[in-house]
Amino acid sequence: MFKPGKKIEFKSAKEIPLTPTSLGDMTHNYTGSWRNLRPEIDYDRCIDCMICWKFCPEPAIYIENDRPKIDYYFCKGCGICVEECPVKCIAFEEEGK
Amino acid sequence: MKKVLMGNHAISYGATLSRVQVIAAYPITPQTQVVELLSEIVANGELEAEFIKVESEHSAMAACIGASAAGARAFTATSSQGLLLMHEVLHWASRARLPIVMANINRAISPGWTIWTDQNDSLSQRDTGWIQIYAADNQEVLDSIIIGYKVAEKVSLPLMVVLDAFVLSHTYEPVDIPDQDKVDKFLPPYNPKIKLDPEDPHAFGGLTAPNIYMEFQYNHQLAMMEAKKVINEAGKEYGEITGRYYQNLSPYKVDDAEYILITSGTVAKTTNIVVDKLRESGVKIGNLRIRTFRPFPSEEIYEILKDKKKIFVIDRNLSFGNTGIFFQEVKASLYNTDIKVPIFGFVTGLGGRDVTPELIEEIVNYGMKKEKPEEEVIWMGVKK
Ligand code: SF4
Ligand code: SF4
Repeated sequence: MFKPGKKIEFKSAKEIPLTPTSLGDMTHNYTGSWRNLRPEIDYDRCIDCMICWKFCPEPAIYIENDRPKIDYYFCKGCGICVEECPVKCIAFEEEGK
Repeated sequence: MKKVLMGNHAISYGATLSRVQVIAAYPITPQTQVVELLSEIVANGELEAEFIKVESEHSAMAACIGASAAGARAFTATSSQGLLLMHEVLHWASRARLPIVMANINRAISPGWTIWTDQNDSLSQRDTGWIQIYAADNQEVLDSIIIGYKVAEKVSLPLMVVLDAFVLSHTYEPVDIPDQDKVDKFLPPYNPKIKLDPEDPHAFGGLTAPNIYMEFQYNHQLAMMEAKKVINEAGKEYGEITGRYYQNLSPYKVDDAEYILITSGTVAKTTNIVVDKLRESGVKIGNLRIRTFRPFPSEEIYEILKDKKKIFVIDRNLSFGNTGIFFQEVKASLYNTDIKVPIFGFVTGLGGRDVTPELIEEIVNYGMKKEKPEEEVIWMGVKK
């Protein structure tokens, strides 16, 4: 899923637009590095309701072959999916463990 | 065509002749007639514009920002507390590089509740990144709106035309209203360098990281410095059409003068009368009216002041804890030069107290007597 966006770089003030206009998206900014806790879906129990997909504010959950997938490049570890999952099948584990 | 106009209506005619396309305003004394007349002009079909009634001055400026970003020529007018409420969006307008023109009627700040003139409202907006022009009569008010759009659109910066409450806003003077053809030739339709456009969509004012924010500020500053030149050029071009020339500075009898009064707004006109009177009794004195406060025309001021004996700055404003604001600016612009001339800073006329010829003479007499200023703020006419 991970598709890095184009990072627009300017070498000098002469190159920049008049006012901050379309300076590029933020997909080069890997918010996944902010994460302390890592959500992991237990696919055996997941009922594919996609509530997590809908609630993820980033959005770092995408749908692949009708199943939710977490994009760890961007998942900030906010835990909203963990909280909202109706069958509580998303575990929240400390990173690095 | 000549008409007898109050300053407020001179603004309305200036905006009409500039063919503004969007007007968003909230009424406040002493500005109300500006937009009252404009709303009539729009309602009569004499001006093709959207008149947006808003719930506050903050919204008025926000509406102008939206309109200007969409490529329209936008206008508003306000005063005092209204201008202060706009403060946040004033920054937005300038950093978005939108050539909005507004009129601000200088009214003192409350409390105590007041409607009379002084300059603290507009001078509190010094660092918002707007160009500021201080007018001294109703003709200049009308002309400055038209020239204002030319300048603003050239350098992509918003511009404020400032005038004294009541002394101009409600005082009637004969004003020449230039022909629309002439104005059209001077000020063609606004052709925005960038704009909100569904055919070419862009995000405006998005996240600007530290690696690039500063370059936008650098360019904003370059545009401001460029405006010093552009104001003089546009003022000259306007003069060639109308016979009325406007520059950053409006000097009066300064060439052979030994003493210079520095003034702004209508106080300058009273000062000219005093200069004439004093010259009759042999005092070599002149008056330098500062029209453009931002950008501050330091180099031009230096040229005039470099061979003078004493400078008397009259401020109808005060930066609490320091001095009058024009005084600070004049001093600062001479500090790194070779001039070593005593500069006296007088504060007077706050909250609309009259600045009479007698008072200005008193200022001159005070300055002539002292070798150098003994205090940073010399209060004039205050009952201590
Ligand atoms: S933890 Fe937050 S950011 Fe990460 S997938 Fe769940 S909802 Fe999205
Ligand atoms: S909310 Fe829970 S059950 Fe529903 S799709 Fe997401 S992980 Fe699966």
